[in-house]
Amino acid sequence: MSLLEQSVTWLAIGRAQDIPPLEGRSVQVGERRVAVFRLPDGWAAIDHVCPHAGGPLADGMVSDACVTCPLHAQRFSLITGERQDGAGPGVRVHAVRERDGVLELRVL
Amino acid sequence: MLVIGGGIAGQAVCEQLDGHACAITLVCGEPHLPYDRVNLGRLLKGAEPANVEDLLLRPATWYADRGIEVHLETWIEQLDPERRLATTHSGTEIPFDYAVLCTGSTALVPPLANVAAPGVHVFRDPGDCAEILAAAQTADRAAVIGGGLLGLEAAHAIASRGVPTTVVHLMDRLMERQLDPDAAALLAPAMEELGVEVLLERRTQGLLVNPDGHVGGLAFADGGRLDADLVVVAIGIRPHVDLARASGLAVNRGVVVDDRLISSHPRVLAVGECAEHRGVVHGIVAPIREQAAVAAATISGHSAAYAGSIPSAKLKVMGVELFAAGEPDADHAVALRNAETGAYRKLVIRDGRVTGAILMGDTRGADLLLDRIRTRAPVEDPLALLAEASQASAEDLPDSAQVCNCNGVCKGTIVAAIRAGGLGSTQEVVAVTRAGAGCGSCKPVVSELLAIERGGAGEEPAYLCPCRKLTREQVAGRVRADGLESVSEIAQACGAGRDCGACKPGLAYLVSEICGNRHREERHARFINDRVHANIQNDGTFSVVPRMRGGVTSADELRRIADVVDKYEIPMVKVTGGQRIDLLGVPKEQLPAIWEELGMPSGHAYAKAVRTVKTCVGTDFCRFGLGNSIALGIELETAMEGLYTPHKVKSAVTGCPRNCAEAYVKDIGLVAVEGGWEIYVGGAAGSTVRKGDRLTTVASPEAAKRVALAFLQHYRESAEYLERTYTYIERVGIDAVRAAVLGEGQAELIERYGIAKAAADPDPWRERHHPATPKQFEELDTEAMLVGPPAGAAR
Ligand code: SRM
Ligand SMILES: Cc1cc2nc3c(=O)[nH]c(=O)nc-3n(C[C@H](O)[C@H](O)[C@H](O)COP(=O)(O)OP(=O)(O)OC[C@H]3O[C@@H](n4cnc5c(N)ncnc54)[C@H](O)[C@@H]3O)c2cc1C
Ligand code: SF4
Ligand code: FES
Repeated sequence: MSLLEQSVTWLAIGRAQDIPPLEGRSVQVGERRVAVFRLPDGWAAIDHVCPHAGGPLADGMVSDACVTCPLHAQRFSLITGERQDGAGPGVRVHAVRERDGVLELRVL
Repeated sequence: MLVIGGGIAGQAVCEQLDGHACAITLVCGEPHLPYDRVNLGRLLKGAEPANVEDLLLRPATWYADRGIEVHLETWIEQLDPERRLATTHSGTEIPFDYAVLCTGSTALVPPLANVAAPGVHVFRDPGDCAEILAAAQTADRAAVIGGGLLGLEAAHAIASRGVPTTVVHLMDRLMERQLDPDAAALLAPAMEELGVEVLLERRTQGLLVNPDGHVGGLAFADGGRLDADLVVVAIGIRPHVDLARASGLAVNRGVVVDDRLISSHPRVLAVGECAEHRGVVHGIVAPIREQAAVAAATISGHSAAYAGSIPSAKLKVMGVELFAAGEPDADHAVALRNAETGAYRKLVIRDGRVTGAILMGDTRGADLLLDRIRTRAPVEDPLALLAEASQASAEDLPDSAQVCNCNGVCKGTIVAAIRAGGLGSTQEVVAVTRAGAGCGSCKPVVSELLAIERGGAGEEPAYLCPCRKLTREQVAGRVRADGLESVSEIAQACGAGRDCGACKPGLAYLVSEICGNRHREERHARFINDRVHANIQNDGTFSVVPRMRGGVTSADELRRIADVVDKYEIPMVKVTGGQRIDLLGVPKEQLPAIWEELGMPSGHAYAKAVRTVKTCVGTDFCRFGLGNSIALGIELETAMEGLYTPHKVKSAVTGCPRNCAEAYVKDIGLVAVEGGWEIYVGGAAGSTVRKGDRLTTVASPEAAKRVALAFLQHYRESAEYLERTYTYIERVGIDAVRAAVLGEGQAELIERYGIAKAAADPDPWRERHHPATPKQFEELDTEAMLVGPPAGAAR
């Protein structure tokens, strides 16, 4: 485990089984609502609220490590949080991992 | 290099300097990257007006990639050419070798009484559009002061939002700068056709205000008045020259520049609407490209000279074809008038050369004529040239001819790009060359050039998966050949759906259709609406529309609906345009409980599927009824509901040709006539209005139902994904459809339909009892109300 990971607390946010492949679900962590996604090769977490007009990103369609907002189809990278067409602000990316079936999140 | 002002001019200068070895800083006063002001009107039009981001000339990445330093919402307050230093409003100093003033202009607002009153707007930037749009929601009457290009565009936009609108113009004719009296005389009625009232020779003396201070109307010099609670002032522009003046540059109406676009100081240039060249300040984009090119050359030490531009204008008002270039009149001119079409085409000639053209109602050949004017080509026989122009195809244009005047792209450039990039569709060409990315009026020519390059071969097909350039046919081929049963299997087999994923719902539909609904359903390939069986709203809540076949309901259903509304405090209950009831504003977690308590099946209002079959009262009640529309409507809806379709399908059954159920404008419409039923297909009354084609007339309701189902299955099998029946039929033609649906194929179509129907889930709302995924209607930290087997029996 890297020092960085040791240095902060990971919050248990739910059961891994509750998020189906290539889908997302949101969860409240303090001030912010975070969207967590199951990718073919692991997990990703970004802010849930779309910077364009507040669309629920956890409800978006996932492909190629990007999520498409359900409201106006803007795409955000689940790795960098950047908006794909570069035409506007992106979203914060957070750290998420699975431990014996439990999802753990670290807000960055 | 310091570029001051991020408008079309600032952008054009950056584009021109791109490639030259120089560091560019772009300072934009507005909070947006350079956007396409020409298309600002799009922020006022349509069911879902565009937002500024849709108008950006280049994405943020473009500037990043070129190391262009962009400052948004930054105002240059001082410019010291001697010390080569610019100072921003926040006091930051930006050094430069050369500065280009691209400060453009602001809307000219005359000093009228109450001109600052609430309700009075200009039409210049996105903020203005937002205000006008908001005002138009509630306004009773609108007035636009100014009958030029801009005023007419504003007036049409407001009128098209349903607000009675009047254009008030000082002169005796509209667009007097571009038009001669004859053309202007044709324009006024054309605008009134579109619901815009035109008042000429009215000098607005002041604005009237209501007691509450809000504008109430206009007062004219002749004593007359006009009520209006929304006023737009569009009488012209005032070049933004304060900065130039403050820094001691020579300023007239605009910043005075020479043929090299250099101002009175050798280190400062000016381009665009803020620049005055040989006494002319242009108010259109075409000259900007030419000026920017010269400015860039000047800066990089090449000698180039700007000799002025030919003003040209196309009116961007849907339904009025109008093009004007050069001077509107001279002692020698020829005009052709087409009596039956009312078209007016005129050429202005000065000492043997074409110096102006006006094309009204028929703008064919505009590009050819503009080229003749630009190149000052001599003409012997003007009438012959006019005739040639109306025949002119893109092929006849010289390579030098500027096809896109907004982005200054010549035919030669477009053709070269098509060849070099092997471009296959108009979108691609527009994306690559940016021709047609401006006001869009040149797109037809772009398409024509593409067609010529492709030797008449049609455009490249619409791709189901654009990323992998795979058509529906190609993917379907793989699915059949390899017996694929799911979207992930398709992705594995041919890559479709792997990249942007936008095509996944299309693939999901395709595989379900081919497998007769015996495919492997994957929810990640479905849009959220189809994961929770409700339509997502702008605030992330959902709407619930239960099935109400034929628009017929009962006291018992209405009671249950009422109870649900009370119990869950549903913010909005609405009778829809589809003859049923919509409960809006429902949180995801409440959907299962609400469905349970409604005890009604899904109306599929959220899906690309059969939506509604509207009916009228028909023979049961109506004194004119010729057929039992209610009974047949309910039967048809029961038969058609529950299946996914390429796009939504709406239907209606009406009891006589008075058409109270609007069957003529439905995807599938049945109309009772003496002795039988007419079947209409491909009708629409949404963003496109199209009367359906009469497919056939049959004797019995049973036969009518059979034809309807056969057509539905034909559409399911043959249309592109997201292609409504009206576009499908426009594309393939009604005869092809008749052949397929009425020919011997009919029986098989109906059989295949039956197979698909048998395997389709008639009511996805039953997933409340058996969720497809653990938290189908929940977030990680929320619990859905009432999921799981119903009290008592399972299904
Ligand atoms: C609820 C309703 C308006 C109402 O309150 O009456 C409605 C609401 C929507 N319509 Fe509609 N349409 C409704 C009847 C219509 C009708 C009238 C009709 O069906 O007889 C039309 C014209 C007929 C037609 O479709 O040709 C209509 C033409 C459209 C269009 C334009 C389609 C077209 O190609 O022209 C869209 C946009 C689209 O589909 O791409 C649209 C899209 C929408 C969407 C789904 C926009 C969206 O994707 O969110 C709206 C969902 C609102 C929401 O959040 O629930 N709606 N819409 C009506 C529901 C009917 C129903 O009971 O299912
Ligand atoms: C609604 C509308 C429709 C139009 N339709 C057409 C059409 O169909 N065809 C056509 O040819 N033309 C059309 N025009 C005209 C065309 O849009 C303008 O000619 C063109 O946009 C002018 O571009 P510009 O960059 O010179 O000026 P602007 O677009 O005004 O850009 C100047 C920019 O510089 C900024 N700025 C000014 N001073 C400073 C400073 N000191 N520091 C920092 N920034 C500063 C301003 O904020 C502004 O963003 C239309 C205009 C409008 C408003
Ligand atoms: S309901 Fe239909 S018409 Fe009304 S805003 Fe939505 S899409 Fe437009
Ligand atoms: S809210 Fe996300 S794209 Fe508009």
